Amino acid sequence: MKFDIDLDKCVGAGVCAIAAPEVFDQNDSDGIIVVLDPHPSPDQEAAVRDAAVRCPAAVIKLTEQ
Amino acid sequence: MKRADPRTARVVIVGASAGGTSAAEALRSRGHEGSIVLIGAEQHAPYDRPPLSKQVLASATVDGATLALRGKNHLRDLGVEERYGVSAADLDLARRQVALSDGTAAEFDRLIIATGVTARNLPQAEGLAGVHTLRTIDDALALRWELSRASRVVVIGGGFLGSEVAAAAVGQGADVTIASSSTLLRSAVGELIGQQVTELHLANGVRVRAGSEGRVRALQSREGKVSGVAFVSGAPEPADLVVVCVGSEPAVDWLRFSGLAVGDGVQCASDCSAADGVYAVGDVAKWHNPRFDVAMRVEHRTNATEQALHVAERIITGDHAPYAPVPYFWSDQYDLKLQAHGYLRGHDEVHVAEGNLKSRRLIALYRRGPALTGVLAVGAAKALRQWRSRIEAGMTWEEALSLT
Repeated sequence: MKFDIDLDKCVGAGVCAIAAPEVFDQNDSDGIIVVLDPHPSPDQEAAVRDAAVRCPAAVIKLTEQ
Repeated sequence: MKRADPRTARVVIVGASAGGTSAAEALRSRGHEGSIVLIGAEQHAPYDRPPLSKQVLASATVDGATLALRGKNHLRDLGVEERYGVSAADLDLARRQVALSDGTAAEFDRLIIATGVTARNLPQAEGLAGVHTLRTIDDALALRWELSRASRVVVIGGGFLGSEVAAAAVGQGADVTIASSSTLLRSAVGELIGQQVTELHLANGVRVRAGSEGRVRALQSREGKVSGVAFVSGAPEPADLVVVCVGSEPAVDWLRFSGLAVGDGVQCASDCSAADGVYAVGDVAKWHNPRFDVAMRVEHRTNATEQALHVAERIITGDHAPYAPVPYFWSDQYDLKLQAHGYLRGHDEVHVAEGNLKSRRLIALYRRGPALTGVLAVGAAKALRQWRSRIEAGMTWEEALSLT
């Protein structure tokens, strides 16, 4: 699966890092999203999908299922 | 009552903001096949509210399009019937019908109430020019226009909204006073952190009137336009713009004769159901959170989505699993972001584990009874998440302190 990140919209809530900790992290100072794994393996797919749904700023866009 | 097959049940969602939109989407992604009608009182397609008191006031280029929660045809493509500019007028539980403001009715097998809250205003504000509340995009754009012309602004209310509006207003070059009956953010984060937030505002050039000096007695006006604010004690403040940020009321007027228990929101059980097949999500929902053993109503952005996902799942499965989240909120204060996980309101004790606002790194822990129930942080995203998982795990206060 692939995804795009809209960094400008990120509010640093960290919902993504809670939902998919192997794929997303946060910058410690402002909480902005940090991508750990731009090409997540299939076993991370559900977690990434969950992160995209829960993100309060719609930062994560799934581009390839 | 005849119960429809849950997969093909007709779902009506009243309220088309974050909660309502997330619920519609989650139902479809879980394979719901029945009709979904999304009803929104505002003319606009679903948009995001947190930026209204932040980026929208601070930047002339942020508008409705920037705030859209979903792409233009996204919901339509999911087979969601969108009805915006129509509000719910009444609920008939026996006939499973929502009466709408345009005279039509929406029939449902499952109902999701997501009507949110409305801004409380001061009674004297009625018909007075130069007095604003802030809840909708229309409110925010009108307020931004007035802010660009105002020279003396008084913000009434020292909660999240009031403090964010004040920060935005002073950034526009206005002379700004916050009037608050207590230390800023006190009810949300406690006296200790509230003091530091107050100092932050003072350092940024905002005047803060707190306590009886900040308790409003009356709005002053000249020729139908506000001219100042008089207080219980101390001198009045002249003002050409007053922003009223004194909290909100759950939007439950339309449920008055429904038979549902409404008071401080729609009263729900732990699974967020208010009656058979009827649920509430987001700012309007008051439910018993078993994790903290507290009946709570959470007016924060991420809860609206999380609660909507929970309810969508209940509609799909038909079970009554309780909703037991660790709530989360953030607030932008100037260039600092306050973030908190847990249940901070009504805490018994605050312990600062690290730093302070001034140093731009702060971690504060909150106790309720014998348990660690909340954490608030600035500039410490990773530590914050670690503390969140400890709250989730039910860590005792004693254990928590031993880690600091």
